[in-house]
Amino acid sequence: MTPQGELTWLGDGTGASPGYDLVGAFTGSEGTLGIVTKIVVKLTPIPEAVTTLLAAFTTMGAGGAAVSSIIGSGILPAAIEMMDALAISAAEAAVSCRYPEGAGAVLIVELDGPAADVEAQTQAVRALCTAAGAYEIRAARDATERAAIWTGRKSAFAAVGRISPAYIVQDGVVPRTALPKVLDRIAELSAEHGIRVANVFHAGDGNLHPLVLFDDMVPGEQEKAEILSGLILDLCIEHGGSITGEHGVGVDKSRYMPRMFGADDLDTMQLLRCAFDPGGLCNPGKVFPTPRLCGEVPGVRRAPHPLVASGLIDQF
Amino acid sequence: MTALTVPAELASACARVTPASPADTVAGRPARFLAAPATTAEAAAVLRAAASLGLTVVPRGAGSRLDWGPPPASCDLIVDTGRLDQLLEHAAGDLVVSVQAGVRLDDLAKVLATAGQRLALDPPRGTGDGVTGPGGGTIGGLIATGAAGPLRYRYGSPRDLLIGITVIRPDGTVAKAGGKVVKNVAGYDIGKLFAGSFGTLGLITAATFRLHPLPAQTMRVGVECPGPAAAAEAATIIADSPLAPSAIELDWPAAADSISVSALLEGDEVSVAVRADRLAQLLERAMPGQSPDLTKRSADRPAHPALAAASGRGGPGTGTLIRVAFWAGQLAPVLTAIRAAAARHGLDPAISGSAGAGVLEVGVGATAAAEAVAGFVTDLRAGLARCTTSSVLPGTSSAVVLHAPPAVRDAVDMWGPVQSLELMRAVKDQFDPERRMAPGRLPGGI
Repeated sequence: MTPQGELTWLGDGTGASPGYDLVGAFTGSEGTLGIVTKIVVKLTPIPEAVTTLLAAFTTMGAGGAAVSSIIGSGILPAAIEMMDALAISAAEAAVSCRYPEGAGAVLIVELDGPAADVEAQTQAVRALCTAAGAYEIRAARDATERAAIWTGRKSAFAAVGRISPAYIVQDGVVPRTALPKVLDRIAELSAEHGIRVANVFHAGDGNLHPLVLFDDMVPGEQEKAEILSGLILDLCIEHGGSITGEHGVGVDKSRYMPRMFGADDLDTMQLLRCAFDPGGLCNPGKVFPTPRLCGEVPGVRRAPHPLVASGLIDQF
Repeated sequence: MTALTVPAELASACARVTPASPADTVAGRPARFLAAPATTAEAAAVLRAAASLGLTVVPRGAGSRLDWGPPPASCDLIVDTGRLDQLLEHAAGDLVVSVQAGVRLDDLAKVLATAGQRLALDPPRGTGDGVTGPGGGTIGGLIATGAAGPLRYRYGSPRDLLIGITVIRPDGTVAKAGGKVVKNVAGYDIGKLFAGSFGTLGLITAATFRLHPLPAQTMRVGVECPGPAAAAEAATIIADSPLAPSAIELDWPAAADSISVSALLEGDEVSVAVRADRLAQLLERAMPGQSPDLTKRSADRPAHPALAAASGRGGPGTGTLIRVAFWAGQLAPVLTAIRAAAARHGLDPAISGSAGAGVLEVGVGATAAAEAVAGFVTDLRAGLARCTTSSVLPGTSSAVVLHAPPAVRDAVDMWGPVQSLELMRAVKDQFDPERRMAPGRLPGGI
């Protein structure tokens, strides 16, 4: 549904439709270009085999090195997740996931695909984790064990409620190779500001979810947490990453857009917005800190909208 | 015949600006001037000068697909990206590469291969310079035309691997979007907007792509099928199998020939061999009599000689190349519709492409009469519409004439019907209000 109230399909579902890729341009636009009512998606067959591994390391550095060597060996797992000691302790308190004792970092690696490939890759990943210093590796033998491994990771965000009254979930991205440096710096910043940070992230693609913990009953702590949260985003930009990997810009991060993009970059993006929504109807105030003036508003309706004329909707 | 003088404003913007030579044409439309900027800043200066002079502009890379699409209504200035040929950054550890738009796909592939990586795009190549020109085209051209090959089944087309882009707007403004990381949802995806835009929104000067590991081994498992139904069955068996093919290709050189359907399996030596055997067994069991053929394959795709002969580019020998896109499950009726429409006009085109992704290329020789080809395209579109109806979408297929001899271009609507044309016009009006970038190249005269 366009901001002008017209229903239209973008693309024809083939992935090779002529003209501009409006589907691609619309995706990720956070409701600023219109409302999606129907979607055509491509499906893929369920993989034949899945393996889930849990590897424990004494330090985050070792875990990060394991990730780099896995990717560097040409294996692209379906998932590589990492949690630090603080996140692990929270998960343990919440769901008793019983991750290995004394872990400074755990890695969860999931491999899927044809059985022969998964078998070979599992052996390779085990070897690489061991070489990087893993002191314990668990491999799920069935769906139950797989779920058990994932419980800790999936409960992590909610679990920090056990160790902190309040927290901010941040979402930022850095190049994978910058992970060790960035994690070290986050630890430094955390110590400097006296605010704890639990790290949970998609190690395979450098998408961080630092959980910035604070007590909202202590005066000033929320502000400190917000400042630290913002500094982490600056860190991501500094290392060539992004201010959001998954959750979008919204209103909250629109003030960071000018730190990641120049004025001309934002102006150019907003040309797209002017093409779809010159009247600024859809989610105004989201994504861009300063709206662009779109000039003449084309297609201003003079006659009643057909849906109004037919009595299906009211306009006021 | 008076020689053209380069306007002073343009000459001072760029070190290499000359009057165009007779060879500097775009789909038959001759240009007046040619500029070859060496940097993004110089390219921006060229576009600013063109803007103040009111010149129409068409970007050009290697020219391998410059004759795709209708000719521009006007082509005052060709901006050649040949000197924007730097590899900017290859972050091998992150599986990311940034290149200027004039870098050739082949050259990039060589560099990436030394690190055991690749840009997983394999747009069709003909025999030598015949079809796609030297080096298989430039990165900028690849993005602008959206060209892709069989690997699109697993990896998509250029826009699916693009994670960052630098463009110059018609008024000379330089703008970036995306970034250097694969997961990034900050801002609009301008890269996707420019993919397939045929130079009508601005000039692409740099791009960043996600890479994949270069497989250690590649094998092809194929069957010869007597007709469309068997070909569709083979394609379905391969697609539904758990053997993760990278491509499902089809080749049907002429109506009288059998249809070859083959799966491309990539990975490490051992597992590829295991998967190839399993796939061969699956095909054999389901289609007794068609003994599957397993061949190890080198990195180079073998050319499809029939298609190449039918649709070689350039000069009087150029045939007609049509891209047919559809939902892959409709393969059998689509193949039938292509042959039926062709036969009605006495044509016997070569058909080849990705049975798995639902994108086929149809090549008609240069000697075919223009009315016959035009009639074929019209009937093909009608036939496709009939066999690909959906209760949900207005259209789920397309037949686009990518290139054709001049007589055919005049007789046919190259793009055919297109969804949401008004929105596309609105986008064009915002980016290029003066309509100077490759005007008329896209559907609806955009």
